[in-house]
Amino acid sequence: MKKTALYDRHLVLNAKLVSFAGYQMPVQYSGIVNEHRAVRKTAGIFDVSHMGEFFVRGSAAEAFLNQVTINDVTLIKPGQAQYSAMCYEDGGIVDDLLIYRYNNYFMLVVNASNLEKDYTWLSDQLIDGVTIENRSAEISLIALQGPWSRDILRELTADAIDDIPFYHFIEGRIAGKSVTIARTGYTGELGFEIYAENEDIPIVWDNLMEAGAQYDLLPVGLGARDTLRLEMKYCLYGNDIDKNTNPIEAGLGWITKLTKNDFIGKSAIIAHKENLRRRLVCIEMQERAVPRPGYKLYNSAEEIGIITSGTHSPSLNIGIGLAYLKRGFTKSGTEIDVDIRGKLKKAIVVKPPFYKDGTIQN
Amino acid sequence: MNIPANLKYTEDHEWVSEEDDILTVGISDFAQGELGDIIFVEMPEIGNEYGKGDPFGTIEAVKTVADLFAPISGEVVAINEDLEDNPDLINSDAYGKGWIVRMKPLAPEELDELLTASAYEESLG
Repeated sequence: MKKTALYDRHLVLNAKLVSFAGYQMPVQYSGIVNEHRAVRKTAGIFDVSHMGEFFVRGSAAEAFLNQVTINDVTLIKPGQAQYSAMCYEDGGIVDDLLIYRYNNYFMLVVNASNLEKDYTWLSDQLIDGVTIENRSAEISLIALQGPWSRDILRELTADAIDDIPFYHFIEGRIAGKSVTIARTGYTGELGFEIYAENEDIPIVWDNLMEAGAQYDLLPVGLGARDTLRLEMKYCLYGNDIDKNTNPIEAGLGWITKLTKNDFIGKSAIIAHKENLRRRLVCIEMQERAVPRPGYKLYNSAEEIGIITSGTHSPSLNIGIGLAYLKRGFTKSGTEIDVDIRGKLKKAIVVKPPFYKDGTIQN
Repeated sequence: MNIPANLKYTEDHEWVSEEDDILTVGISDFAQGELGDIIFVEMPEIGNEYGKGDPFGTIEAVKTVADLFAPISGEVVAINEDLEDNPDLINSDAYGKGWIVRMKPLAPEELDELLTASAYEESLG
């Protein structure tokens, strides 16, 4: 079992650890609800070093990435990030990812659980004039998220962090260590993701924790990371998207640039779009119940869909879920039944996100 | 690990105490810690009878859901109404205010099959 460079910090903080994607990761420290609320109201710090980092370099790097990803990489300039996905020829999703464009190269950040698969897939598609390097084992990632995250960061760096727009990043310094500071995240709040070499990350963590004390900063585990992303309808690979789902039905049409030149999966995705059978939607429970992945959805006796992610929403205090629903039942306001362990409970389709007061654009 | 010596336990991480031929049932401190923040508890109806090991309720936590099982055969004579508004009593006081149901045993000899505190602790490894 692998450990992140911050493993000792988690032990001192009395984190509950679980194995995830081959790593011993903190699932919670003080409790999921408490940690969730800190991120919504003050600030939270996450060790998400298990995520994978690939570096793509070379004269043909941009052309290569535009071939293997569904968003248009030519739309971003150095210092910008882009949410994207890779698809198979049949339109199924290999993974979703973030692409950070530096001056002379790109950094791809992929899901830990897909790291090896993604690296193999990308290597197999490689063209002349491009190299790919897997630096996942050497690079750590801290997410600092919440309305007070910028105030905490400001205490620690001379860099112009107030001027980083959403989905932009700078190469800067925190506590003297070289870091990438990006306005990205997975919570729906104002926040930053901070990439650094493994040997530098403990110092960065310690400084953030110390500066964060006066801002009620809490360490946050994977448990609250999941409830936070779910309240925003951010997809989780393995739950809401996988090789059997296409980006259109997953609600990722906004990152699928069907007008750009050919890319892997394009023709299949166009065909899916013309014959959409189901769609990923948000559902809210109307009764006291918590939807969980795998629960089935009904309209009278007809099975019309399945829950892919579900939890109790700490912000709304109701059960919420993401579900694939058959065409004809995906409009907001549609009433459906969820089979919760043998009992039918009422739910309703709602517009995303569940939580609408996020500070992400602040 | 908080495992009071005066209680009996099940392999499903429930505790049982006996007083005046009435059993009080809850979940262990270990179980509440594993479940994390508890959101609500679905409890059996008073008057219902259950066989040993029958599912008779559920505990919903943020992250997961767990079944409650009748620790021995019995009739439900009381449920903890306080859990309706404060299900987190199970998190904060699993062996006290976080009790879940009271039962009248139908086969009191089954009590002998429950685990002692030390046997339960051993089962946790």
